Amino acid sequence: MSAASALPETGYNFAYLDEGTKRMIRRAILKAVAVPGYQVPFAAREMPMPYGWGTGGVQVTAAILGASDVLKVIDQGADDTTNAVSIRRFFGRTAGVATTTRTCEASVIQTRHRIPETPLTEDQILVYQVPIPEPLRFLEPRETETRQLHALGEYGLMHVKLYEDIARHGHIATTYAYPVEVAGRYVMDPSPTPKFDNPKMDDCPALQLFGAGREKRIYAVPPYTRVRSLDFEDHPFRVQSFDRPCALCGAADVYLDEVVLDDAGGRMFVCSDTDHCEARRAAGHAGEQAA
Amino acid sequence: MTGEITGEMTGVSGPLLDVRGLTKRYGPRRACDGVGFTLHPGEVLAVVGESGSGKSTLLGLIAGEIAADAGTVSYRMRDGVTRELAALGAAERRALMRTDWGFVRQDATQGLRMAVSAGGNVGERLMGVGARHYGRIRAEALDWLARVEIDADRVDDPPTRFSGGMRQRLQIARNLVTAPRLVLMDEPTSGLDVSVQARLLDTIRGLVAELGLAVIIVTHDLAVARLLSHRVLVMRGGRVIETGLTDQVLDDPQAAYTQLLVASVLTA
Repeated sequence: MSAASALPETGYNFAYLDEGTKRMIRRAILKAVAVPGYQVPFAAREMPMPYGWGTGGVQVTAAILGASDVLKVIDQGADDTTNAVSIRRFFGRTAGVATTTRTCEASVIQTRHRIPETPLTEDQILVYQVPIPEPLRFLEPRETETRQLHALGEYGLMHVKLYEDIARHGHIATTYAYPVEVAGRYVMDPSPTPKFDNPKMDDCPALQLFGAGREKRIYAVPPYTRVRSLDFEDHPFRVQSFDRPCALCGAADVYLDEVVLDDAGGRMFVCSDTDHCEARRAAGHAGEQAA
Repeated sequence: MTGEITGEMTGVSGPLLDVRGLTKRYGPRRACDGVGFTLHPGEVLAVVGESGSGKSTLLGLIAGEIAADAGTVSYRMRDGVTRELAALGAAERRALMRTDWGFVRQDATQGLRMAVSAGGNVGERLMGVGARHYGRIRAEALDWLARVEIDADRVDDPPTRFSGGMRQRLQIARNLVTAPRLVLMDEPTSGLDVSVQARLLDTIRGLVAELGLAVIIVTHDLAVARLLSHRVLVMRGGRVIETGLTDQVLDDPQAAYTQLLVASVLTA
């Protein structure tokens, strides 16, 4: 547990938002859970942070947070980057909840761009920050039309995008925000997580909630729901693979970040999930560059 | 031809398309005023008239893109049952539009996805009806590009890099890939220079004959009507003022306006 957060602020309601707003967001969340993958509109509020910094995720977190929850916030896999630190501190001060960087200790995990390597459990909720909730946006700019396409389940367009990838690059070159079909019905943007994480969404024991603040949409994947990445019969979905293990902890089956070390082309590949890496090193695992 | 006797041969089946009393008002103006006609399978109907005569509105009404104030459009579906289009659900109507119907637009940028490659444009309808095999979709796209005389090495170029004539060819390929029975064409040759027009018309005529398409082609160019159509419908001020076999109407126009229209064609 982190003791770094200052004392709780006074003058704010628990978790910043007023109870009426939280109730409105919870209603949207319930609807989203009832219709997996469907984008539910909600009256997103101004939050004390700029759009693009997780205003949607923060509102979802605020609506579901209870006094006994333990919160973890991830930014690109890391617990110690600006976005993660400031959101963790925000809830530490406005809700007074305990915060952690350990995946296994957290009950609510707000994330930007990654799903933890440690498998999630039924007792956990994963909240995604979503910049653009509409997977069809760049193919069909009209919102009225994309709603029709979702309503009628016309998802041929999504495959046009994948077709274009193969025609241009010889393989499906979409590596993040890779479209998925949820529970055999709605096609959903999994937020800009690397496609490496897509298989983790499938049949996941934890509830997954997605909040898009600027676009005022909430959607959800209930626990143990089928999440299928779209593909072609002759170009099946594949995740990225790395030709070396993490340089610090030696993990081979994880998503790696490339870190440039100097001006002479030196670089290392390390776990993107900092908590996973630290836990492995604490358990005695070591990579080739472990200090 | 196979020995199978179809409804079309025996004549028991009704028309493919039955349009009755289509009316559309914009304020006090009638863009389309009680227009009706029937279209049989394999028949090419030209709708001619000057700008503002209601030709394009008529096409929009038939396609269901403009809501009619009065009148009906009935279509004989692939299962042989004639149904009124307005009574179809949204899903059914859209499925019909992207499989059994085609719509070639005057402005190719409205009929194509300009940011998507030629192959993707042709393949979209196939993927829309559930094709999920990249190799087969691409082979089909290449086949159709060849049929509309677009070089195979342009398959990965977006239509933004195509000339006007090529864009119209691509639109045609994109529409015909699902083997529709009815194609609507709105001035497909306008804005193209004469030699390109001639080649495009040649392609259209060949495909229409080969595939037995029923076509409604809107044009202000009587030469296009003469070259492609079996029957002609002359419109003025939203009304049909003359209709008949193409040669009959163009060689022996009865209505004064049609006589004027025919007389105003420049002969080279």
